[in-house]
Amino acid sequence: MGKTFKKPEALSDKHTHYCPGCTHGIIHRLVAEVIDELGVRGRTVGIAPVGCAVLAHNYFTFDFQESAHGRSPAMATGIKRVRPDLIVFTYQGDGDLASIGIGEIIHSANRGEKFTTIFVNNTVYGMTGGQMAPTTMPNQHTSTSPYGRDVKNTGMPLKMAELLSALETPAYIARETVLKPKYVVKAKKAIKKAFTYQVENKCFSFVEIVSTCPVNWGLTPLESLKWAEDNLLPYYKLGEYKIPE
Amino acid sequence: MQNEVIFAGFGGQGVLSCGKILAHAAMEKGLEVVWTPSYGPEMRGGTAYCMVIVSDKLIGSPVTRNPHNLVAMNRPSLEKYAPMVKPGGIILINSSIISIGSGRDDVDELMIPVVDIAQNAGSARAANIVALSAFVARSKIIDFDLLRESVKEEFAKKEKLIPINMKAMDEGKKAAEN
Amino acid sequence: MGKVLMKGNEAIGEAAIRAGCLNYFAYPITPQSEIAEYLSRRMPEVGGMFLQGESEVAVSYMIFGATACGSRAFTTSSSPGISLMSEGISYMAAAQCPAVIVNIMRGGPGLGGILPAQADYFQATKGGGHGDYRLIVLAPASIQEAVEMVMTAFPLAEKYRNPVMILGDGMIGQMMEPVEFPDHLKTEPLNNDKWATSGMDTRKSDKNNIIKTLFLESKPLEDLNIFLKAKFDRIRREEVRYESYNTDSDYKTLIVSYGTMSRVCRTVVDNLKEEGIEVGMIRPRTLFPFPGKAIRQAAEKDTCKNVLSVEMSMGQMVEDVQLCVQGKRPVRWYGRCGGDIPTPEEIIDVIKSL
Repeated sequence: MGKTFKKPEALSDKHTHYCPGCTHGIIHRLVAEVIDELGVRGRTVGIAPVGCAVLAHNYFTFDFQESAHGRSPAMATGIKRVRPDLIVFTYQGDGDLASIGIGEIIHSANRGEKFTTIFVNNTVYGMTGGQMAPTTMPNQHTSTSPYGRDVKNTGMPLKMAELLSALETPAYIARETVLKPKYVVKAKKAIKKAFTYQVENKCFSFVEIVSTCPVNWGLTPLESLKWAEDNLLPYYKLGEYKIPE
Repeated sequence: MQNEVIFAGFGGQGVLSCGKILAHAAMEKGLEVVWTPSYGPEMRGGTAYCMVIVSDKLIGSPVTRNPHNLVAMNRPSLEKYAPMVKPGGIILINSSIISIGSGRDDVDELMIPVVDIAQNAGSARAANIVALSAFVARSKIIDFDLLRESVKEEFAKKEKLIPINMKAMDEGKKAAEN
Repeated sequence: MGKVLMKGNEAIGEAAIRAGCLNYFAYPITPQSEIAEYLSRRMPEVGGMFLQGESEVAVSYMIFGATACGSRAFTTSSSPGISLMSEGISYMAAAQCPAVIVNIMRGGPGLGGILPAQADYFQATKGGGHGDYRLIVLAPASIQEAVEMVMTAFPLAEKYRNPVMILGDGMIGQMMEPVEFPDHLKTEPLNNDKWATSGMDTRKSDKNNIIKTLFLESKPLEDLNIFLKAKFDRIRREEVRYESYNTDSDYKTLIVSYGTMSRVCRTVVDNLKEEGIEVGMIRPRTLFPFPGKAIRQAAEKDTCKNVLSVEMSMGQMVEDVQLCVQGKRPVRWYGRCGGDIPTPEEIIDVIKSL
């Protein structure tokens, strides 16, 4: 009988530093599986953000660059423009991508840079201790919105998938989640599609993944999954937002 | 021996290319040369200015308070730069549109209606070439024939303009020698 | 190829191509936009790549990404743009990426002006971005020298795995001079398999490379800094470049000046010589490493009574001159800023008044 389950080759043996209940581990694995399945590990360069995934380079077995806060899309652009043969992805959180790096992601998407962005949206700055992010929900309590996010003061949560879909440049844009196994299957499909478009040199590809942050939300992992499903999914609607012609 | 000349006028009068053609000719002769523009907001429609320094040895300062010569294509340029010209230098005035003189009696002042001359030669747009030719003929800063080659090169991509500009050169030279 | 009359900015662009750098990322800013304009035309002709980034911040990370994956890449900007790039420059220094950055300085602080200045001396030589790092800083005084320095910059950056900055001023970018281009550099294939994230297949290796600048524990971060310091010390020992002018004479005043300003000072030295007044000059061609030893030795000459740092700034390099002269001679500063380059006449007055 053959093996039915094994660790992807693209994933390293190191234990992650992520908090209990964090979904980064699942998403890392999905990315690694896709890279294995596409057989591109030897020509892949990942870009670690500033955020919880800053040490992501420890968990993969291909080349990695660490970026500055929000700048990963610019770095990815630099790599793809000089080495179009490499498979490049950025792995960014919501503070990184939707706040300080919103300029870089919009312009990279608009130029149709042929890299892939995995955007992990858990509505808070995780690494720095749960501060409010542009994606924080109305009335959501964080360490810098202790009375709940006041949207009159800080605006409504940014919907990055929708925002990027509004660009005229062809792209693959999807939003999925990993809150339940059935969602994980769909998330993997989207990630695989995104990388496949890159391998085919077709377009910029972007998968937003609605995620959790039990520690900073002050919930147990199980409560977090439920809270996200009840509160985030109605606002951050799942699905494919844009498919290139 | 170092020689400096300021070309100044309105944007669009071709003063920058005057300087460039002169600098090119000087380079072809094997001289040291520096061309410096002003690149301030005035390039957007106001005054245009450049200075060319020609020397037989390495050029130090690319700026000077008192240049040897001035080619003034409009009145504001004349008023601004004429007082700075070294005694004994040349001040060439585009008398087609400047009605005053430099007010200097210690310089070689040339009043030349360069626009009218250019018009007679076939195109008012060659006024800068008339002025440049007149200045070179008078100052002998470089051989006139060398200048001719540089003018041809400048118009290499618009060959049909070369005869008009050659005529403008001859007329400019004539005006300076009168 | 003989001499061609060329604007400094365009010559800098052409020199990069001849240095074998076919990757250029930039954002427009006066007084150096002609570099981007020139290379936007020229790169397609030579099979190169030009991308106009959305900001200087983004551009600094584009060259970070490109050089980290083992390709040669460069950018150009002017003072306010370099401030924005300083974040990326700090990261590249930490990650030891051999990027080349050209700063065609304009006046500051703030938006300042667009006329020539040398007010970014501190920024270029003392950091600019955060953290303990140095750039190798080359300061051209002519367009010919700018071309040669650009062509030196790439091999130098690669030799030390350190960003190199060409620090010119607006005049270097905007003026035209005859320039003769050296032949295309015959560059060895980049030897970066040990560190570049060029893709494992590219290196035929099973080992992945990681470019990182985060060290959460004290020991590895201190180790990196100790390593970098050793590198900067080696650069201080081996890469000092300067020019001495009229230092064989019995000069009473020693001028220290670089870039366009040094050309004005050369005229000062010549003109005063005609009057029978001897002035010597040291012109740093590298600002980091700074030619401190040469300046100290020249200042200690018996006849030398004082040292004058002449700058298009309110006195920045003068601090390094004071440091290296070590109080053995009085060190003065003269400078202008805002865009007016001090004329020879002005400086002559200053020297006579010393």
